[in-house]
Amino acid sequence: MYKIAVLGDYDSIYGFAALGLDTFPVSTREEATEKLTKLASGGYGIIYITENWALELKHEIERYQEQLTPAIIQIPGIAGNTGAGIAGVKKSVEVAVGSDILFSQE
Amino acid sequence: MASKQITPTRMELTKTKRKLVTARRGHKLLKDKRDELMRQFLELVKENMALRQKVEAGILSANKNFVIAKAGMDEATLNTALMAPKQEVSLEVGEKNVMSVNIPVFETKTRTADANDIYSYGFAFTSSDLDGAVKSLADILPDMLKLAETEKACQLMAAEIEKTRRRVNALEHVTIPEAQETIKYITMKLDENERSSQIRLMKVKDMMLEEAHHYSERE
Repeated sequence: MYKIAVLGDYDSIYGFAALGLDTFPVSTREEATEKLTKLASGGYGIIYITENWALELKHEIERYQEQLTPAIIQIPGIAGNTGAGIAGVKKSVEVAVGSDILFSQE
Repeated sequence: MASKQITPTRMELTKTKRKLVTARRGHKLLKDKRDELMRQFLELVKENMALRQKVEAGILSANKNFVIAKAGMDEATLNTALMAPKQEVSLEVGEKNVMSVNIPVFETKTRTADANDIYSYGFAFTSSDLDGAVKSLADILPDMLKLAETEKACQLMAAEIEKTRRRVNALEHVTIPEAQETIKYITMKLDENERSSQIRLMKVKDMMLEEAHHYSERE
């Protein structure tokens, strides 16, 4: 039985608590790294992470990329959409096809 | 192809021929796998992109609603309101095998049966904006879960496609030509050996006949 976590700064994620997701507000890099490692090994199937923190923890996230769980998914934070999520999708097209043939013109 | 030392024997030839057949077969199978994976991946990634755009737009508007809700009431009340969630979501992770890639299938269970049972607070001290904000976030949640599933599947499949493509290329451009080259080399060497031994035999025969009949002295 897995759970769902939301990781990010408090202002971006406090709403998810109402839906029954576990929210983990973080404010420093070390804290976030530690939290992510703990969540990934602690029975969380999906970890939503705000884009700005995903950028900070890029290295850690890549480790889980080829594992079945957890699925680490970027979501835009309160500061607005940085486009990192879309870029992630484009990147996986690039890995598979060799170049971004689907979304390059958009 | 002379980089590797090959012993030109019949046994080596049989071995290489068998290797070539296997390589060809593997190449064909892997190519089929790659093509099918690619087809499914392209379908999935389009869905992924659409979902992502929808989710990002949804979260953006939900965030706006939350900011408005937060502005309308003091922080302590808001924190208290969201402190003890009523709803709890748990996740069942299944696996689906798509062309030997295991992709996750997420199935969610909510603690209470009513999906609308999301307001973890009494309505007396909170603004109605908060209700709207929570609702807008709750509406986007199913899509978020779907997004998690497809995006993870896309990542896994992309990695697998890359691996398969490398294998196909290695077989096509290295292993198969190498085997063909080896076969050619061995066959030529064997033919050459056969010719030279035939010539040697003819020569020996000539010499033996000469010895027995002394043709050259008769003339």
